[in-house]
Amino acid sequence: MATLVSPRILRSVLPAASLALLMLAIFWLQPRAASYMGLNLMLGLAIPIALATIAQMFILTVNDLDLSIGAYVGFCACIAGTLLVDAPVYGVLALAGGVLAYALLGALIHVRNLPSIVVTLGMSFVWLGAAVLILPRPGGSSPGWIRWLMTLRPEYVPFPILAATAIAAVVHLGLMRTSYGAVLRGAGGNPRAIERAGWSLLKAKMTMYAFAGIFGMLAGLALIGLTTSADANIAARYTLLSIAGVILGGGEFVGGRVSPTGAVIGAITLTLAGSFLTFLQIPPDWQIGATGAILIIVLALRALINRAEER
Amino acid sequence: MARLLDKPWLWAFVGAFVVWIATALFTGGMGAGEVLTAAFTFAVFFVIVGIGQMFVITLGPGNVDLSVPATITLAGAVSTKLMDTADSMILIGFLAAMGVGLGVGVLNYGLIRLLRIPPIIATLSAAFIIQSTAIAYGRGLRIKPPEMLADFTTTRIAGMPVLAICVIVLAGVMAVVLNRTIYGRSVIAIGQNRRAARLAGISVEWTRFATYTMCALFASLCGYLLSGFSGGASLGMGEEYLLASIAVVVIGGTSVAGGFSNVPGLWGAALFMFLLVTMLNTFGAAAGVRLIMTGLIIITVIVLAGGRKAPR
Amino acid sequence: MTEKPAPVVALDGVEKSFGAVRALAGVDLAVGAGQCVGLVGHNGAGKSTLMNVLAGTMAPDSGAIAIAGDDLTRGYSVAAAQARGIRCVFQELSLCPNLTVAENARIMHASLSGFGWRRRAGKLIGEKLDEIFPDHGMSPDDIVGDLAIGRRQMIEVARAFSETDTPVRLVILDEPTSSLDSHVADQLLQFVRRFVGGGGSCILISHLLGEILDYSDQIVVMRDGKVVDKRPAADFTRDALVGAMGSVAEHGEETVDGAGPGRRSQDVVVRALSADGAAAVAAHRGEIIGLAGLAGHGQTELLMRLFDAAGVERGETVVHGPVALVPGDRQSDGIFPLWSIARNISVRSLRTMLRRLLVEASAERDLAEEWKKRIGIRTPDVDNPILSLSGGNQQKVLFARALGSDAEIILMDDPMRGVDVGTKREVYRLIRDEAEKGRTFVWYTTEMDELKHCEHVYVFRNGKVVAELSRSELTEEKVLQSSFEAVEAA
Repeated sequence: MATLVSPRILRSVLPAASLALLMLAIFWLQPRAASYMGLNLMLGLAIPIALATIAQMFILTVNDLDLSIGAYVGFCACIAGTLLVDAPVYGVLALAGGVLAYALLGALIHVRNLPSIVVTLGMSFVWLGAAVLILPRPGGSSPGWIRWLMTLRPEYVPFPILAATAIAAVVHLGLMRTSYGAVLRGAGGNPRAIERAGWSLLKAKMTMYAFAGIFGMLAGLALIGLTTSADANIAARYTLLSIAGVILGGGEFVGGRVSPTGAVIGAITLTLAGSFLTFLQIPPDWQIGATGAILIIVLALRALINRAEER
Repeated sequence: MARLLDKPWLWAFVGAFVVWIATALFTGGMGAGEVLTAAFTFAVFFVIVGIGQMFVITLGPGNVDLSVPATITLAGAVSTKLMDTADSMILIGFLAAMGVGLGVGVLNYGLIRLLRIPPIIATLSAAFIIQSTAIAYGRGLRIKPPEMLADFTTTRIAGMPVLAICVIVLAGVMAVVLNRTIYGRSVIAIGQNRRAARLAGISVEWTRFATYTMCALFASLCGYLLSGFSGGASLGMGEEYLLASIAVVVIGGTSVAGGFSNVPGLWGAALFMFLLVTMLNTFGAAAGVRLIMTGLIIITVIVLAGGRKAPR
Repeated sequence: MTEKPAPVVALDGVEKSFGAVRALAGVDLAVGAGQCVGLVGHNGAGKSTLMNVLAGTMAPDSGAIAIAGDDLTRGYSVAAAQARGIRCVFQELSLCPNLTVAENARIMHASLSGFGWRRRAGKLIGEKLDEIFPDHGMSPDDIVGDLAIGRRQMIEVARAFSETDTPVRLVILDEPTSSLDSHVADQLLQFVRRFVGGGGSCILISHLLGEILDYSDQIVVMRDGKVVDKRPAADFTRDALVGAMGSVAEHGEETVDGAGPGRRSQDVVVRALSADGAAAVAAHRGEIIGLAGLAGHGQTELLMRLFDAAGVERGETVVHGPVALVPGDRQSDGIFPLWSIARNISVRSLRTMLRRLLVEASAERDLAEEWKKRIGIRTPDVDNPILSLSGGNQQKVLFARALGSDAEIILMDDPMRGVDVGTKREVYRLIRDEAEKGRTFVWYTTEMDELKHCEHVYVFRNGKVVAELSRSELTEEKVLQSSFEAVEAA
């Protein structure tokens, strides 16, 4: 029995349990939500958020924090909505350039030992500025193939659920099951030991940042597929949402302890929390605050569990 | 001469001067004086939040207050609503704003200390709660600030805004606080070596509490004055002040690794940033360029300064 | 006559200095195949430094390193050492707490990759664990961070002995049983014998003399950076070992004034009980008491307890009066690197320099100048940055900070580590003067010579006070005896 409620089990079960609880609450408040259409509607926006959360997770794994992810997703959405439609070659180059920039940023932060918070905060305005240059006013349109993908209606299971599962599965396999994935996570857990064992910390950092760039880019693509038009500020709230999602999913700020499945579940939970608050008829003014409150509550619970563990 | 050159804040002033000259040259000298006055008028608000943020950043790596914009908004909304255009309520409005600052400071520090959340996350989450409170409280707010307050924020003496003069004095006072009070020395010590500070008898936790509270108080002051200046509080009034507060600290020469800060640099950086925007606007650059440049300059300054290997 | 095979490892004339401190003063060490060498010595003997050189983490100033007869001195590194089968288990663990046991094994072995790597890694570490610790009860999928420290130590050991593409030739074990219970410790040591019996080599460092005597083939005794004795283990007895570790020659000591009976006052200003409520550490006003024993056996923890207890009326730990600490690790515990010398000195005493809420610049300067003279800080200007000073002078600044404050009790955390002799003499004189004026000193030192300045010495072992010696009873041998565990301990 003691092992059943051990902190480790609690920590890994918490995300799925809270999601299940939330869904039950929603279905009880609004029975019509428990349908294919209902789920599709509520969970649609979960995909870009989940992708952004995964991107943030990569950064958190190496003990850094990315405050620019929201601006970057917006930038990618703007590129996708304009260049990718009008001049696909340049669009692809621009998006690839973004990923490269992320990788170089990781290298810079590692080599110069810079605080990731301030650097990414600065970058967020670079991305925002670039997005504003491309789309000074909301506009653009979604590339056809993305639109097709995001509006798929598979037979029994709503597309968002399939997509979320696929994302979680791919990242889980890549980060948690491969041999180099273990090295990447180790770089967050005990960087010195990894270095002493002969691995390159620089390469590890750059890899993680590059993946963050890739998944952030995918988030931008998915987003424009759903909204069909973009603007520079479209993903501004993704920064806090992505951090909250990783934490909700059982990830930690330091030590390299993260969970891709947990992160995806956390992102879905946060997306649904929005609908939940709407059904509860909480005014939209408070929904922003609610995200902050949820994050604080989860962290408070975590602190309590940790303190109990210490004893 | 060498001693003068290695004062980091000097570069901010030099940069500001260079940019101002460039603008003046472009317009053939027309309106150069007005630009300078405008710079001082607007830079004031950056300096106020910059002071608070500077003390927080000096505490050491990982210490940033991301709730500044939300605090500005809430303080502005609360004080404007309470004052309700009445000149007699100016002092009450001020006290109310200070109360907001105190509350936010306690909230931030409480989250950091009790829940052991990293300051970045604590202030980020707190920011969303504070922002929600501001939105809910200030919904539909169309109240104008008291006339006396509005006048105070806009009057000038010989082209120099009175408010700017006051804030220059305030900055001077804070510089003295930083360098010559026990509190100021404690902040700088903690930023250099937290463990050594504790072992040297400094009360680390009290100092942190005081610093986060002070930052919130300065943000509230900014919100209070800003609502008087802009004709009332609005929901997005604090938005640009997050990056601005950090930019002004970093470009002004304070080390992001902690333990080294300087107050004059805040003024230099604030003027520089405003003048840069003016210059870009004058040259006809698109809105996005300003954002990109601000971001790149911050990153460049940090990269050049480099990080310090944190002591164990 | 058959030629003797080249030793697995041969260190020749290795020297290493850190600034003024000579950690290794020309060391020769050879380990043959099928041999377990026990390495013993008191604090500062040079054991850790020597092992760091052998493992490739530190480059020697001079000397030769040969492995299996090949001279590898040039460009020797961790990678080179590991490629030749040299592994080490140091006291600071190098596992990633967020990874599983199998994944940690993978970190060490780059060849464990590709399809099915997890299974192979798990098998590798699992089999090794089974071989060394038959009833370990761990699974390769356990997350290291969730395991107790003893178990982490077991995994670290098993990983060091595990092989993939390069055979393990020599394993360095630095205090390997420190976190293990006796049953597990026995398993480890018996495995070492089996490993050595199969042709492998081992260097065993331990403060448990019983282990060394029972499980080594040869014992090497180090002192002050040199090898002073080297004999087969059978030729050593416990007393002979302890005797070999102590100093024989006296290095020109200055005479120390004995504490006259009339000088010691009766006020107890410091009292602390150890963890099990037993033997107290106590100090009277004006006394200098010493904390001795091997490094890391609880002395610093006691100092921290005293530091935190100042002014607080708690049960077992009582400290009457303001307290200041002089740290030993300047970098991490003492220096404010961006400040001037004057500011580094004044930081503890700011309260006394206030005039109308502001710190008086003149008072600061006066304090700095006064101490510059008293303690002899070599600098042209006290407003110079502190990093412009040499290490010894920086340490003097830390002393000035503590002594220049209002503290009546001064705690010292091995502050003379790595400081030159000249500085030491100046500071010893100052400490005696201050004690005579009524200040109390609690002095943790890893150097035997310094204990003679203390009126009372408490020897620590495994976090407990195991011996209390007054100055008249104090001999190096007694201190060594108590620092090292008895052979016949249960």
